[in-house]
Amino acid sequence: MLQTVLEPQTAEKAALFRETYLAAYRFMLLARLLDDKFAALWRSGRIHGGVFLGRGQEALSAATGISLKKGDVFAPLIRDAAGRLAFGETVLDAARTYLGSARGPMGGRDGNVHRGKPKEGYLPMISHLGAMISVVNGILLARRFKNHAGTVGAASIGDGATSTGAFHEALNQAAVEKLPLVLVVANNHYAYSTPISRQFACRDLADKAAGYGVEVDSMDGTDLNACLETVGQAVDRARAGRGPQMVVATLLRLCGHGEHDDAGYIDPELKKSPVGRDCQKVAEDYLIRQKWADPATLATWRTEAVHKIEEAIAQVQREPGPDPFTEEWRAISTQRLNEGHE
Amino acid sequence: MSITYLEAIREAQAQALRDDPRVFIYGQDVGPFGGAHKATKNLAKEFPGRVLDSPISEDAIVGLAVGAAIEGMRPIVEMQFADFSTVGFNQIVNQAATLFWRTNVPCPVTVRLPFGGTSGSGPFHSQCMETVYAHYPGLIVMTPATVEDAYSMLLEAVAIDDPVIFCEHKFLYYHLKAEKLPSEALPVGKARIVREGRDMTIVTYSAMLHEALEAANELTPEGWEVEVVDLRSVKPIDTDTVMASVARTGRLLCVGEAWPWGGVTAEIIARVSSEGYGLLDAPPQRLNAKDTPVPYHPNLWAAHRPTARAITAAARKLLRL
Repeated sequence: MLQTVLEPQTAEKAALFRETYLAAYRFMLLARLLDDKFAALWRSGRIHGGVFLGRGQEALSAATGISLKKGDVFAPLIRDAAGRLAFGETVLDAARTYLGSARGPMGGRDGNVHRGKPKEGYLPMISHLGAMISVVNGILLARRFKNHAGTVGAASIGDGATSTGAFHEALNQAAVEKLPLVLVVANNHYAYSTPISRQFACRDLADKAAGYGVEVDSMDGTDLNACLETVGQAVDRARAGRGPQMVVATLLRLCGHGEHDDAGYIDPELKKSPVGRDCQKVAEDYLIRQKWADPATLATWRTEAVHKIEEAIAQVQREPGPDPFTEEWRAISTQRLNEGHE
Repeated sequence: MSITYLEAIREAQAQALRDDPRVFIYGQDVGPFGGAHKATKNLAKEFPGRVLDSPISEDAIVGLAVGAAIEGMRPIVEMQFADFSTVGFNQIVNQAATLFWRTNVPCPVTVRLPFGGTSGSGPFHSQCMETVYAHYPGLIVMTPATVEDAYSMLLEAVAIDDPVIFCEHKFLYYHLKAEKLPSEALPVGKARIVREGRDMTIVTYSAMLHEALEAANELTPEGWEVEVVDLRSVKPIDTDTVMASVARTGRLLCVGEAWPWGGVTAEIIARVSSEGYGLLDAPPQRLNAKDTPVPYHPNLWAAHRPTARAITAAARKLLRL
C-alpha cells in the first residue's frame, strides 16, 4: 500500500530532477561558451577592462541560479555567468555589459561582471567582497516589512571573501534577523593568488557558520548532482523559514583570476586531484551514463549555444556605445540638487 | 513650551514614521533604549516593529539600508557617532552613492551622523565627516545649524530619493532651543543669510554658525557690519547666495569645524576666487580646526576648533586688509 502511494511521487521527483539537471547543464554549457567568447574578444582587444571567467565553478553557479524562483533575490559574484543565466539574465545583456553597449543594463557606466537589475532582484556587485550580502539582507527585511513572505535571497562569495568584515557583519545580521538568506561559498582554493592556507585557519570554511548560529552544508563543487541537491535543499530550508543557510562547495578555479592572469601559482597536484575535475566534463559523463543524452545530443546543444552567443555578439557589436556628449553627468536622481560641475 | 535641536530630530523621525509606512529606523541602541543620544526616545514603543536595534556592524547597517531602499523602503540609519561611520564607509560611498548612477534605481537612504566636538569627547567622538562625504559623487550632505532646520531638513532628507548624509551637531543637541517646530521651510540646497552686513561675509554651517554670529556681534561696537551666511547643506553648496553676498561685501571669511586640508571652506574659496575674482577687495580667508586629531582636554579642545574669539580675530585681520 505504502509502495503504491510512494512510487508515483518518487517517479515524478526523479523526472523533475532529470529535467532540472538537464536545464542546469545547458546553462553551464552556455556560460562556459559565453566566457570563452569573452576571453577571445578580450584577447583581440575588443573588450575594455578585464574579463573574469567562471571556469570550474559552473556547476555550483548554475545550481544556485536554478534553485531560485522568479521573485527571489540573487547577488552573484565574478564567476557566476551560469547562475546569472539560470536566474534569467539574457546573453544579450551579458554581452552588452562586456562590450559596453549603451543599451545594456549599465549603459557603459559599469562593465564586465558589474551588471544587474536591482528592481528584478538581480543585484549588480560592487568590487568590495562581501559587500552584497547585507544588501540582500535589506531586501529580505523589506519584504518582511511588506508581509511579502516566501522569497529567498542568495549571495555568492569565495573563500577570500570569508575573511572580510562585511562577510562577518552580514552573516551575523542575517542570523539575528532570521532572514531567508542563502550564502553560497565557493572554496576555489585561491583568492587571486593567495592559497587558502594563507586565508583562514579553521579546519573547514563550513566551521564558520556555527559561530553565527547558521545552518551549513557542504558539497563537492565539481559535481552538479551534489550542487543541485545541497544548494536546492538550503534554498528550501530558507524558504521554509529556517533562517539563513550557508553552503560550502569545494572546487578549483580552472582559470586565472581574470584573463590577464596566467594562474601559474596554482598547485599542479591540486589540478590532478579530484578537486581539480572539470565540473562540465563530470556533468557530461553523468548525462551519458544516465542515458539522458548521447554525444550527438551534447554536440547539438553546443552548436545551439554557440549560435545563440554569436548572434548576440553580432547584434551588440552593431549597437552604439555610450556618448559622452549626450551622457547625463548626474550621480543623484534629484535633479534640482545636482551640483553639475563640468 | 520650547524644543531642543535633539527633540526636533526625534520629532522629525516620529513625523516621518507617522506619514510614511515605508520609513523605518535601524541602528545601534535605537530601539527601546532610545539611542545613545536619545534621538529615538520612545519611538520603538510608538511605532512597534519599525525601530530596530542592530548589531555593532556599521557596514552591514548601511548595506541593509541600501537593500531595503532598493525594495522601496525609506530607511533612516543612525551611526552612533559620525566617527564610527568610517566602519560603514564602504557601503556609503561605494554602494549607496553609486547605485543610481550605475542602475538608474534611486537609493533613498538617510544616514544620521551625530557629529562634531563637545567638551571632553576626544579624538573618536568628535569628528566632522562632512568634507569626506561631500567629496563623493552620489551623496547629499546636510548640516543643519538651527532647531527649525534640524526638523525640516531631516524630513526632507527622508523624502528625497537619494542617499543623504545628515550631519547633526552634538554640541547643538541641548544648547539650542526654539519656541516651536516650523510649519514651512527653506528647501534644501538654499543657503540662508542669517545676518546682514556690508563690510564682510562669513560663510559657515552647523555649530560654527553660532560662533560666527557671536563674532559678528562683537564687531558691531567697532562699527563693522558683518554678513553671516549659513550654508545649511554642504552638498549641494548654494554658490549663488554666497557669490551675491560677496558681491555686496567684497570680503570673504569661511569658517568650518572640520580639518583644514581641502574641505568645505577650501571649496567655497575656490569657487569665489575662480568665479567671482573681481568681487573681492581682499584675499579670501578661512578658519578651520587644527590639523591634529580632536583633543580630549577642554583647554586643548577650545584652542583646537574655531571659536567666536578666533573668528573675531580672523575677521578683524581681514577687515584691515
